[in-house]
Amino acid sequence: MEDIKYVFDVKKDDFVRAGETSSKVKKILRELGIDSSIIRKISIAAYEAEMNIVIHSTGGQIVLEITPGVIRITANDRGPGIADVELAMKEGYSTATDRVREMGFGAGMGLPNMKRCSDRLYVTSSEGTGTHIVIEVDLKAGEQGE
Amino acid sequence: MKICEVKEVLNAELLCGDELLENEVSYAFGSDLMSDVLAFVKGKTLLLTGLTNQQVVRTAEMADLSAIVFVRGKKPGEDIVQLATEKDIALLLTRDTMYTASGKLYSNGLEGVSID
Ligand SMILES: Nc1ncnc2c1ncn2[C@@H]1O[C@H](COP(=O)(O)OP(=O)(O)O)[C@@H](O)[C@H]1O
Ligand SMILES: [Mg+2]
Repeated sequence: MEDIKYVFDVKKDDFVRAGETSSKVKKILRELGIDSSIIRKISIAAYEAEMNIVIHSTGGQIVLEITPGVIRITANDRGPGIADVELAMKEGYSTATDRVREMGFGAGMGLPNMKRCSDRLYVTSSEGTGTHIVIEVDLKAGEQGE
Repeated sequence: MKICEVKEVLNAELLCGDELLENEVSYAFGSDLMSDVLAFVKGKTLLLTGLTNQQVVRTAEMADLSAIVFVRGKKPGEDIVQLATEKDIALLLTRDTMYTASGKLYSNGLEGVSID
């Protein structure tokens, strides 16, 4: 299998289209015949990352990369960044507004969910440069599709 | 429990997913917090919720859920029904509250998700 890369733009506050990118990611992985439990993990992690860009950032991109051993989701946004990443990673920590909570998000479980669904999660962020998240799930033989 | 039995137990209206009525759900989970659904729910699980926005259907899609029950008679918009139809997710609408709907399903043998 050759390396594959897709790039998707994600807009801030676009709650109608929020989730479309993760849906596309899921469809691509399905068509490649990737193992369904791997697809589920990647889809959930990508969706949480996508929702965070929509809810908390000024907009950004989601990148899907498929290599023989690893599926990687990279979520980059343009800001405002996370002041204290360690605090943000805690279950239940959230700065989401009531409007976001009314839509079912803002429970402070997004970053913990990304961690739970991945083999490796890297979060780098600073006020000014934006947030960069890398989610990696390993593919073992038999899970890769054709 | 089959989705058609869920429909009967809750005296629910089927909004979409006619062809899914014979499918089985093994567990149920009730929540208005989508990240909790994403954290705790795995396949063949029925989602009960009081929310009626797009993100409920997106959440079900990502977690591989095949049916959603909207409680308290809150009907989702046509765009949401459309999205669920595309994603092969059955949507049901009951007048029961979350508590009553959950109680009815539980007493008819549909267990909750176990959290480890
Ligand atoms: N892309 C982002 N840009 C800025 N802040 C973010 C971003 N992602 C997460 N955060 C911050 O980290 C907190 C925790 O995120 P998360 O675990 O996804 O929970 P939630 O989205 O429910 O608040 C958010 O409330 C927000 O303060
Ligand atoms: Mg989040």
